[in-house]
Amino acid sequence: MTDTVASITSMIIEKLLANPKVPRDITGDSKIVEDLAFDSLAVMNFVMEIEDELDVSVPLDRLADIRTISDLAVCLAALKADGHTS
Amino acid sequence: MTDIFAKYAGLKTAAAGLTAHSPRNPFGVVIDYPVSATVGLIEGRETLLFGTNNYLGLSQSTAAAEAAIETVRREGVGTTGSRIANGTYSLHRRLEARLAEVFRRRHCMIFSTGYQANLGAISALAGKDDVLLLDADSHASIYDASRLGYAQVIRFRHNDPADLDRRLSRLKDHQGAKLVVVEGIYSMTGNVAPMREFAEVKKKHGAYLLADEAHSFGVLGENGRGVAERDGCEEDVDFVVGTFSKSLGTVGGYCVSNLDGLELIRLCSRPYMFTASLPPEIIASTLAALDEMQARPELRKQLYANAEQLNRGLHALGLNTSAHVSPVVAVTLETIEQALAFWNRLLDLGVYVNLSLPPATPDQRPLLRCSVMAVHTSEEIDKTLAVFAQAKQEILG
Repeated sequence: MTDTVASITSMIIEKLLANPKVPRDITGDSKIVEDLAFDSLAVMNFVMEIEDELDVSVPLDRLADIRTISDLAVCLAALKADGHTS
Repeated sequence: MTDIFAKYAGLKTAAAGLTAHSPRNPFGVVIDYPVSATVGLIEGRETLLFGTNNYLGLSQSTAAAEAAIETVRREGVGTTGSRIANGTYSLHRRLEARLAEVFRRRHCMIFSTGYQANLGAISALAGKDDVLLLDADSHASIYDASRLGYAQVIRFRHNDPADLDRRLSRLKDHQGAKLVVVEGIYSMTGNVAPMREFAEVKKKHGAYLLADEAHSFGVLGENGRGVAERDGCEEDVDFVVGTFSKSLGTVGGYCVSNLDGLELIRLCSRPYMFTASLPPEIIASTLAALDEMQARPELRKQLYANAEQLNRGLHALGLNTSAHVSPVVAVTLETIEQALAFWNRLLDLGVYVNLSLPPATPDQRPLLRCSVMAVHTSEEIDKTLAVFAQAKQEILG
């Protein structure tokens, strides 16, 4: 497995910073909804971009537990390690 | 005591912001009464209705009204019971048989609303070991169905069969059933699903396909059966869900299928079992509307001609509209302030359309959702286009 939580976190931050509306000082601990002002639809659409990058699909119920960028990275790393979506 | 409404503080602020910048509440419009299918009395003025789902104008069908009156006198105003208890009259069975015949399917279940049809069919079909694959722009009833059931839920990119293909490929070792859900015409944008391509993908992966033809039934296809009929792939669409509250002008929903298992859903679908069935007069008027829809195919032809006139006209004004010609035309604007001002000005000038704001829109931008009817006259469409031109000039410059 080459995708670690740290490398996925970096990739997520890089993708987020491509959006000029996202604050410049985000870290793994940044809260996606509160700190980035994403609504639920924006979160789902952003996750879709990351899914393509990592070739995984994130079931919607897993998103409910995700608060921070690191939480998302942990979820994606676990899905990637499983090799499937469940 | 914790304020039970505290969690809606953000919503309260947003709603207050909207009404502060608007002479009227955009989500509180009252139509005093419909003068005809295309004209309603709003704020005491006759207003052209270009924001309904009454595609064939059948909400004002005389035959449907007469059928309802006769039935309500004979059978009363309601059933007071669920379909699995005292809420199934012979009329309910008759409508199910009639719809099965129209769709050329063996089975049909009717629900009390179109929302409940999606809720009831999808939540019961996709169980806890299954995977539900939803188009990203799916209607709220489809998302809500995914929350009522226990299946794993995966979104794929809107109208993108290649993305669905990738996501089904990732599930190749998953043992559960896979149910793909798409809509024929998308209610907010008027986008039309590439149904044949979706059907090919679902066959390749051994998945099931459910098409919500709520906005396309009575509108597309040689016989009005929707996008699947138009694309010649009805056999590959396992379940069709739809509603009576669009082209048929009444209220209620249905699911049709050739799969015998659909009958089992009657015994496990909570939105089917635990709600009152449709009142008999609604069933009777729906049957009459269905007869009228089939007897007057010219309505569909006129609807398409009207859709072309409205689409072309809005496009010619330089407004941002979809490339699809469908009875739903969305004008996309950049800011909520623009959309609010535009929508208010249209209403001041005598045209009602739907205002749709993010996050209820697909791409975070506000929409003016316009819809056309078969019974709009060419003059009414021209007048609306002129009003759009004036509002555009005043608001956007």
